[in-house]
Amino acid sequence: MHRFANPARFLKIARPATAWLLGVGLVLTTFALAAGLALTPPDYLQGETVRIMYVHVPAAWLGMAGWAGIAAASISQLVWRHPLAAVAGRATAPAGATFAAICLITGSIWGRPTWGTWWEWDGRLTSMLILFFLYLGYIGLAGAEKERGGEGRLAALFGLVGAINLPIIHYSVLWWRTLHQGQSLSLEGSTIAFSIVWPLLLSALGFTCIFGAAVLMRMRAELAEVKLEARMRRAAAE
Amino acid sequence: MNPWSFVMAAYAVALTATVGLLLWAYVSMRKAEAAADELKRK
Repeated sequence: MHRFANPARFLKIARPATAWLLGVGLVLTTFALAAGLALTPPDYLQGETVRIMYVHVPAAWLGMAGWAGIAAASISQLVWRHPLAAVAGRATAPAGATFAAICLITGSIWGRPTWGTWWEWDGRLTSMLILFFLYLGYIGLAGAEKERGGEGRLAALFGLVGAINLPIIHYSVLWWRTLHQGQSLSLEGSTIAFSIVWPLLLSALGFTCIFGAAVLMRMRAELAEVKLEARMRRAAAE
Repeated sequence: MNPWSFVMAAYAVALTATVGLLLWAYVSMRKAEAAADELKRK
């Protein structure tokens, strides 16, 4: 990881990677969502509303993956003092918050025709809402630390402590069996028919590429801002 | 209740938020990189 500690070396890889991730992500997502609307059969129980899964489930995964990324960046910053770790954490948070919000809103829209309610204080829904608030707290804290010229250690600690919510979200459907359905997809297999699930795998891959592109763009923006500030300071000193 | 109106609403929310995130990230990156390059040239 320290091979990429040099921002110039990182940017050499990040510039083409941004374009590739964005291009592949947009193509894959567009195809997967169109396929989810037109090529898959309705579910025997949920009917047409099952198609909301193609946007809701990737958003949930990415909302959680974003915080896992923040936790990894936090460890990297606190233990190895990786110079890009704080930048990576700050860049990941807005994308993670966006996908957590998409998950909550589309879940609510899915809940109305399926459960007959927009919202329930169910374990999965509540822990996901907490994740969204954690993102907002992290964005505020990291931004304030950056403005004061801090290293972002407080935000890193917050990122680590907040990771406790990830297993809670994951196991919530087992611990509190209320409204949200149990796990349908895992590494061991799927309880959903392949004719319905295949666009989900493509849309998850597509949204992941888009997420990666958004994080890289934010990292590039942060690094350019640091460079700009350093140059302005140097110019003022001359 | 027409299920398609819920499906379309969910897709609209997801696409609007994703495109909004990408646009914001792209514009802020281009702005910051252009400002850094501009100062380098001076």
